[in-house]
Amino acid sequence: MKVTEKDVVYVADLANLELTQDERQLLLRDLNSILDYVDRLSQLDTTDVPAMAQVSDRYGVDQSRTGSARFAYASREDILEGLRKSLPHEAALQNAPDTDGTFFKVPKVIER
Amino acid sequence: MDLNALTIEAARAAVQARETTATSLAEAFYAKIDKTDPEIGAYLTLSKDRALEQAARMDSLAAKGEELPPLGGVPVGIKDVLVTRGVRTTASSKILANYIPPYDCTAVARLEAAGAVVLGKLNCDEFAMGSSNENSAWRPVRNPRDLSRVPGGSSGGSAAAVAADMAVATLGSDTGGSIRQPASFCGVVGLMPTYGRVSRYGLIAFASSLDRIGPLAKTVRDAAIVLRTIAGRDPMDATSAEVPVPDYVAELEKPVRGLKLGVAKEYFGKGLDSEVRKSVEAAIQKLAGSGCEIVPLSLPHTEYAIPTYYIVATAEASSNLARFDGVRYGYRAGDARTLSEMYRRSRDHGFGAEVKRRIILGTYALSAGYYDAYYLKAQRVRTLLVQDFEEAFKRVDAIVTPTSPTAAFKLGEKVDDPLSMYLADIFTVTADLAGIPGISVPCGETKENLPVGLQILGKHFDEGTILRVAGAVERANTT
Repeated sequence: MKVTEKDVVYVADLANLELTQDERQLLLRDLNSILDYVDRLSQLDTTDVPAMAQVSDRYGVDQSRTGSARFAYASREDILEGLRKSLPHEAALQNAPDTDGTFFKVPKVIER
Repeated sequence: MDLNALTIEAARAAVQARETTATSLAEAFYAKIDKTDPEIGAYLTLSKDRALEQAARMDSLAAKGEELPPLGGVPVGIKDVLVTRGVRTTASSKILANYIPPYDCTAVARLEAAGAVVLGKLNCDEFAMGSSNENSAWRPVRNPRDLSRVPGGSSGGSAAAVAADMAVATLGSDTGGSIRQPASFCGVVGLMPTYGRVSRYGLIAFASSLDRIGPLAKTVRDAAIVLRTIAGRDPMDATSAEVPVPDYVAELEKPVRGLKLGVAKEYFGKGLDSEVRKSVEAAIQKLAGSGCEIVPLSLPHTEYAIPTYYIVATAEASSNLARFDGVRYGYRAGDARTLSEMYRRSRDHGFGAEVKRRIILGTYALSAGYYDAYYLKAQRVRTLLVQDFEEAFKRVDAIVTPTSPTAAFKLGEKVDDPLSMYLADIFTVTADLAGIPGISVPCGETKENLPVGLQILGKHFDEGTILRVAGAVERANTT
């Protein structure tokens, strides 16, 4: 598969990256080189092979339990619904580039 | 007593016995950092207040004759992708240049609860993406064993700090080899635990199904002590496993006689440097001499690990790094007139080249029309890789391989060829994809006195066995 500059621009758009012209050129070259290499995966027949998104489905959980009971250990006993502890307000705003003391301030959303 | 050369137990014992104080120990390390780090570049931020407060606390316990916790007074360094409350954490990226986390990573909190003294934050590749620590937005790290060479990555700072006596032990993270490969390049021990063994809460996420936190240390025993301290279920990480934590230090004491060790032919092919091969094969011979049975085997899908990794990891990264948008924290581009411009410019200015490369690759692999051919395909190949290991572990207790095809390469050697840099991970990525644990232990040197690491891979949650084998390699290597 050959990637074109249009593809790079499209993907950069999806990833919310405003690339410069130089960056686009370099990425085009790199992307093609890497995807060329990655294409060897198509040599493998994976017709009946299940996809694995997460290894911990196979290991580290109690196999005798089913459904959501398997992951029951991951829920916190100390927090009741509606009483979740959260960061104090000031701590949450502490790293904000721009705030009015209550909200995070950002530029206007303008229809494109 | 050379304070900077002490192991965990020796340091703690010295503080307990009041032969030295935790404060003197911390100061000795800061002095060493002052002297040595300008040419290494391992530390990004020093947390002196926090360190000295903790040291004072330990000293007060020792003064009262009370028993110190297991890492009481022991100075450690923390990779800058692990958040530390109140201490600047940047993930080695401009996009987090002034980020002060409001919480602690669980692994860090556990170390501190055990008495460890956090000296500071360690340099790494930006967002843990890299194999040479040359992708840090701040400065590269140099290998203490040869300053013209890379320390490896992405936990280059963590490995270099231990190698140069600027910390007793450090925490690093491993997604594709980032603990084991720098450990191998710098001549220290690096342990990557099983996925889910150590909580990822507080680890700035790169690839959520691959990321692990683990120790780098001078000895296998120290690595075992740190693992014992940080491992265990954490309700704040839903992927942390409900598996009891054995006493890894006691496991270390067990003999290796009778263990079956697999040698996979795919790890000993053409690309392996001859000096590395010599060292690794000699170490395997010594293990055979100690009574291990060497079993030749095959992990047939090994050559597909790198392409699988670079699809899975980059896809997950593209999702994880979407949170850096200039809204709530981190860098915000000042000239944006609209929200969209703000997102796009903040990210383009804030992220380095390698990070952008991986975000673009990952987004492409997940985009409509390509999802099946790339991401889904890679996930299926991942299953095949896991099955390779499952088959192998029916016949052997652990698998021994070189950690890296070469010893440390020169700074600048691979920066212009991303693919060549990716191929440096060829022996380490398989374990990340399979979720199994792996350790790199020094086993020799090349003709140019560069360290060579032997990698031992184990079954899920069987860190005990790989620590045992690593201990045997370490003993054989020092006699």
